[in-house]
Amino acid sequence: MTGRELLALSGADGVAAVQAGEVTAADLFDLYRARALDHGGGADGGLNCFSWIADDLPPEPDAASPLAGSPVAVKDLFCTEGVPSQAGSRMLEGYRPPYTATAVARLQAAGATLLGKTNQDEFAMGSSNEHCAFGVVRNPWDPARVPGGSSGGSAAAVAAGLAPWAIGTDTGGSIRQPAALCGIVGLKPTYGAISRYGMIAFASSLDQAGPLTRDVTDAALLLAHMVGSDSADATSVGLPEAVVLPSRLELSGIRLGVPTEIAGAQIEAGVLGAFNDTLARAQQLGATIDHEIELPHARHALAAYYVLAPAEASSNLARFDGVRYGHRVEAHDGDDEQGLVGMYMRTRHDGFGAEVKRRIMLGTYALSSGYYDAYYGRAQRVRTLIAEDFKRAFEHVDFIVTPTSAEVAFELGAKTADPWSMYLNDYFTVPMPLAGLPAISIPCGLAGSDRGLGPGGAGLPVGFQIAGPAFSENKLLEVAYALEQSIGFDGARAWL
Amino acid sequence: MIDRNQVLHVARLARLILDEQEIVAMQRDLGSVLDHIETIGELALDDVVPTAHVIELTAALRADEPVDSLSRQATFAGAPAVSDDGFIVPSPQA
Repeated sequence: MTGRELLALSGADGVAAVQAGEVTAADLFDLYRARALDHGGGADGGLNCFSWIADDLPPEPDAASPLAGSPVAVKDLFCTEGVPSQAGSRMLEGYRPPYTATAVARLQAAGATLLGKTNQDEFAMGSSNEHCAFGVVRNPWDPARVPGGSSGGSAAAVAAGLAPWAIGTDTGGSIRQPAALCGIVGLKPTYGAISRYGMIAFASSLDQAGPLTRDVTDAALLLAHMVGSDSADATSVGLPEAVVLPSRLELSGIRLGVPTEIAGAQIEAGVLGAFNDTLARAQQLGATIDHEIELPHARHALAAYYVLAPAEASSNLARFDGVRYGHRVEAHDGDDEQGLVGMYMRTRHDGFGAEVKRRIMLGTYALSSGYYDAYYGRAQRVRTLIAEDFKRAFEHVDFIVTPTSAEVAFELGAKTADPWSMYLNDYFTVPMPLAGLPAISIPCGLAGSDRGLGPGGAGLPVGFQIAGPAFSENKLLEVAYALEQSIGFDGARAWL
Repeated sequence: MIDRNQVLHVARLARLILDEQEIVAMQRDLGSVLDHIETIGELALDDVVPTAHVIELTAALRADEPVDSLSRQATFAGAPAVSDDGFIVPSPQA
């Protein structure tokens, strides 16, 4: 096979080709490693999606194993033994953990090999990959635009054909939104489906790992080899049934609900057009569309999220104190605090970037004496209402659908001046993790932004989000697959 | 709204030094974000049970069997300063 023919293989196709003896795991690994080195670094106009690229294929990948040596790109916040795991932060620059995250270890046990680690917003806090200590990541559809975030490096690497597939994490949309902006598939599983052990924690009640892939079949295959309970994470319960690769081509009997709140939301015209076209397509495939689904508290989800996630982050990030790993700076002469506390404070001042400091401050404020009830306590109650809204909605429909992001990929720097304008990117993606629900984003077309068409005038990818009840992954993947086959999105246009 | 003294107080709680530029930016940015967040103040929530976690968790106990833990060497390998038997930190009394 030529390089271009190898590149045309999806993750699952590549696995099948290796298992059938048509290509070797080394052929695939060498191709992607070379592509990652050529286009995935930050120099020479690269996308800067990789923070580390493997030197060699591990000896003797098992061609008969379920993932047959397939190379996987892994978001930098997954701990990987002996390999830099920096979470996009100066605080962990050069840090090589002594153990591997369970999600990665499971993929490796199924035969996958680590191709590289991908850049991300620092500690997963961001929606554009501009808050990364190791430089911004660029969108392969238009390098002047962001790939989304926080799993932007993983999304850009897959979209550009620098990795067959990748994994990331989603706390408020960090898999789905970059997948949407890069024209690929991103799945956030039900909370608890995959162990969080070894994921550098952002907001523990929300964080969930998942796949970023070229297509829905790849997402299902990676998911199948990531799920399962783990004694090292008491919240990991796995999935109640085995993941099945999707095959369904029609949607008869499927009820899709469109929240009424969408009518009032600020959505770019091109995005709304692509979303409505996809609804019409779903209808042609046999689905019924209910436009009267009420999620009355969803409009408060963003506010609740931006209390709860920073509150958990402020606690989780207390571990970065310059003692056990990572960056350390001693107190300066003249600092108010000297000695141990002075070291903590100077280390955290130097090690954390602006957005992480903002979230730590916000979370610490929301948890502080006198404000706890007004912010954290209230946000936890809003979370209950949001979960109840979904429960009621799922009495009437099988899935809720929305645009994944209200806009296509935006220009670098467009939203960095105003934090809330950046947070608004998560408008359609935060309600699901607050309720622990699974949701997938699939590419549903190209659209111009309200501020121009993008390079070539062809437009930029739009994501279609499908959210289901807890543990509905198999059915969710079937619906996504049927739509994907009908849409026929051509992601190869973004390959470098 | 959040005033300068609140910013300094919270920064101290969070063990963060903020330089002058950061204090000004933090006051502006936190104030703006808190204005948006305060919309949840409109909701009647007295009768709503808070959700800390979406999964019903019961006390998870693993089998009481000894397993290997990380070696001392592996544990210390990423630390900024260590001796043979621990992490070295500046004196709290300094």
